[in-house]
Amino acid sequence: MIAAIILVCSVVFLLQFFVSYCRSLIAASIKHPLSAEVQDVTGIKNSASGEDFARVVQLLQLCPDRPEDRSGIQAIGAYFGLLGFVRSSIAKIIPSLRAWTETERGQCTYFAAVALERRIAFSRDMFAQQLES
Amino acid sequence: MPGPFTYFIWFVGILCEAAVLVCALKKGAFRRYLLLNLYMAGLMIVELGRYRILSQYGQSSAQYAYFYYYSDALLTICLYFALSSLYSHVFSEMKAERYVKMGTLLLLAGTAAFSGAVVLQSSAKLLTHFVLELSQNLYFVGVVLTYVLWAAILKLKETRTRLIQLVLSLGIYFSLLAANYAIRNLYPQLGAVVAPLAQIFGTFLPVAWAYAFWRLPEEARLAPARLAVIPR
Repeated sequence: MIAAIILVCSVVFLLQFFVSYCRSLIAASIKHPLSAEVQDVTGIKNSASGEDFARVVQLLQLCPDRPEDRSGIQAIGAYFGLLGFVRSSIAKIIPSLRAWTETERGQCTYFAAVALERRIAFSRDMFAQQLES
Repeated sequence: MPGPFTYFIWFVGILCEAAVLVCALKKGAFRRYLLLNLYMAGLMIVELGRYRILSQYGQSSAQYAYFYYYSDALLTICLYFALSSLYSHVFSEMKAERYVKMGTLLLLAGTAAFSGAVVLQSSAKLLTHFVLELSQNLYFVGVVLTYVLWAAILKLKETRTRLIQLVLSLGIYFSLLAANYAIRNLYPQLGAVVAPLAQIFGTFLPVAWAYAFWRLPEEARLAPARLAVIPR
């Protein structure tokens, strides 16, 4: 009985912590303005849409990997999946939830675009270092 | 003996723990978050010790089992004190450090007494089962305490991004492990599937802390109201 209570509470707390953690990752990157180059590549001009997430992640995978970004991108990928699940299930019953998931999915795309910008800058630095040596 | 995947996760875990210490030292955060870093150093030493005992005596040996569970209990207590240091950070302006320390010790004693009472009712190998029970209960107490701390962060409008991410990642870690222990208690037949998951979950905390120390400067700020699941 105690184990069942612990399990239920842990799962509820886990969801809350996970959502807040992912939003803190997004909030830390949302102030970062996208360069014109990344805006052109991703097609994100003013606000990002959740529909673009898969495409931006594909672009990310084309760039050399940066270990320090990997965990954040994976966490946001999982959060995006969770939002997709909420959108296609609970949000059908609660319409206000649909608008919220759309905003959140858009912010996930923006996070991925910022990560893409960092990876491009990282690749450029590596290329410049190789040229120098 | 464990398979190559287990060894791989183990190796990744040790590397990540070392990465936390390096990131904290490089970014000048070692002393500020001393207990968190000491916990990480302890975890790394224990992981190396486990590897040595495993390769010397084997996974099914009593030596490995005793070392594993006793070190796990000690590490959980260390993590519990690391969590209390995060309380001190959040409540630093209120000068509440003394009360936080007292509360931490009282709660630890209470959890130990509760674990002892549970073990006395049902077990012959008192000390070993007490150690196991204490670890499990401390994980759950850790989840609840982290949740209370998170509520305090929202209430006090704490804005330090790094501190917020350290607390939230600790909350995820405690919740994952508490859920894992609960599933193993409820469904012992799933032990072979669920137990290795604990090792994978174990890598989350060092990765998240290394990220927080490396990527986020101490001066970084954000509005905590943005992070609440229910918008405020």
